[in-house]
Amino acid sequence: MTQVLQLTLSGIALGCVYGLIALGFVLIYKATETVNFAQGEIMMVGSFFGLTAGVTLGLPYWAVIIFAIVVTAVCGMLIELAILRPILGQPAFTVVMVTIGLGFIARGVVTMVPAWGTETHTLKTPFTGQVIRVGELVLAGEQVAIIAMTALLCGVLWVFFKRTKMGVAMQATSQNQLAAYYMGIPVRRINTLIWGIAAGVAAFAGILLAPITFVHSNMGFIGLKAFPAAVVGGFGSVPGAIVGGLVIGLVESFAGFYAPEGIKDIAAYIVVLIVLWVRPNGLFGEKLRKKV
Amino acid sequence: MRFVFKTDYQQDIKLFKHPGYYPWYAALAILLLLAPLVLPTYYLSQMTLICIYAIIAVGMMILTGFTGQVSLGHAAFLAVGAYTQGWLYNKGVPSVVAMGAAVALSAAVGVIIGVPALRVKGIYLTIATFSFAFIVEEVLARWESVTGGNSGLKVEDFYFFGIDIAASEQRFYLLALAFLVGVMLLAINLMRSPMGRAFVAIRDSEVSAQSMGIHLARYKTYAFAISAALTGFAGALYMHKIKFVSPEQFGILASIEFLMMVVIGGLGSLHGAIYGAIFMIALPQAISIAKDYLPAYIGQQTGLQPTVFGLILIGFILFEPLGIYGRWMKIKAYFELFPFYRNAMFKRQKTYMKSDRLK
Repeated sequence: MTQVLQLTLSGIALGCVYGLIALGFVLIYKATETVNFAQGEIMMVGSFFGLTAGVTLGLPYWAVIIFAIVVTAVCGMLIELAILRPILGQPAFTVVMVTIGLGFIARGVVTMVPAWGTETHTLKTPFTGQVIRVGELVLAGEQVAIIAMTALLCGVLWVFFKRTKMGVAMQATSQNQLAAYYMGIPVRRINTLIWGIAAGVAAFAGILLAPITFVHSNMGFIGLKAFPAAVVGGFGSVPGAIVGGLVIGLVESFAGFYAPEGIKDIAAYIVVLIVLWVRPNGLFGEKLRKKV
Repeated sequence: MRFVFKTDYQQDIKLFKHPGYYPWYAALAILLLLAPLVLPTYYLSQMTLICIYAIIAVGMMILTGFTGQVSLGHAAFLAVGAYTQGWLYNKGVPSVVAMGAAVALSAAVGVIIGVPALRVKGIYLTIATFSFAFIVEEVLARWESVTGGNSGLKVEDFYFFGIDIAASEQRFYLLALAFLVGVMLLAINLMRSPMGRAFVAIRDSEVSAQSMGIHLARYKTYAFAISAALTGFAGALYMHKIKFVSPEQFGILASIEFLMMVVIGGLGSLHGAIYGAIFMIALPQAISIAKDYLPAYIGQQTGLQPTVFGLILIGFILFEPLGIYGRWMKIKAYFELFPFYRNAMFKRQKTYMKSDRLK
């Protein structure tokens, strides 16, 4: 029983990280109908910024988080302005290739930056090594922190999208871009901001992930596991992204313990193939049909 | 500017559009056939690799460039081809039979991955293909009795109809070149057959293709099977060329490389497939040569290659969406129309955000 609870907890913690990266995909997809294959790499860059803030500048943990989010969000907006704006309206595949290229550049450039390089770094958090005991259950402080902070971020995003003018404008843009234009919403600026938010969320995920996987230039490949999360939740659904992430995290966590060796690494992909087979639009996906 | 005056329907499906092409292709053929006499072994070996990659690129082109189905899992087909070839060949099966088996098995795997493709499209398909490729990679690493697991699979030699191909680079090159020419002819013929036309129709608009009576499910499956079969065939050659394969050669990065090959070469043209293959083999060489001339700080960086790859990919998409082939078309048009060429002639049509979602 304790075993199951432990596995559930670590699964949820991992799932939160997948969910946050998937959230980035979904935000961008909903707003601009393009898929950002570099989301994992943006997360990697974000955690490197966190590393700079925490180790090189010696800032406290909360400042590290804010620094990483802000700097990465600015990077995200610059990427949108410089590279994605010119190809707005091109087929989705074009954007996929551009973001794949961005991912390559990010992986390459990160290794060239002094103090980042190709080595594996650790990012100290206040939770590292802390343990919370609830009865027989031993909870790692990091995992509890990840879950709590993800919940907090989701709350903030929820309030932002429901209550603020900008958030509502973003929702309108994602539902119907043309109609949003007519309503006087600055759609292009909104797209830039969406990229900023997605990059910021990715940086947050990167900071949370840093104590678990360490910070290195290939940590962005975990973004490839967030794709299944986004698909399981339905690509166009924000709560779906988090739920999908949790599903993938839990499946992976349990597969690692109960299934034969090797299944853990591909569990996410098996799940996504099954979901695509059974419900091609994901658990929360909207039904799509194309007008001629 | 040459205008081809058509007097016959057969002219529409001719292999060469007009006789002006004959001398150029003849010259190309002579150059390629003379290459083994002149080039040093190392360059010849790279040429062989280009031929093998070009076969993969043709396979990718049929699926991605002509049918419009983006696959990020082609490394899996290459792996299936390579491992089938290696395993059977080591069991003493003649290489021709093994190649047949490799092609058939890859095609079968292509059909399996094609099945979800009938229900999902766009980005979902891309995710389905790379998920599938991950699973294949893991199977290769775990199924040790057949694949040798992470320690890989080796072949010692390559006898093709009793000829020891692996003994000399010249022989391998000529064989790969012959196969490439065969594959090209097959692809050209495919694209002017009803099936090829159906592929292009599906790429341009699935709804219109369907209303013209094209069975979407069937033709998409064909496209996957043909593409996978060609990639598997290339895999069989790859096995003998590299002599040693292990699962990590067939990861997601390889699949991305194949996709980059067709995008940079020029989507939707068979010339583009060849250009893409040449580019993909030549670029790492060019980078390693350029390293000697760069300042030491930059030249020593391991991240140089991915950065250059990414920059070139983005550069092509932003400035030359039709790839190397598109650039070639423009240069050709410039000289054919001289002095009437205008920059705006190939200007990308201004498009507005089109939603695929119904709202």
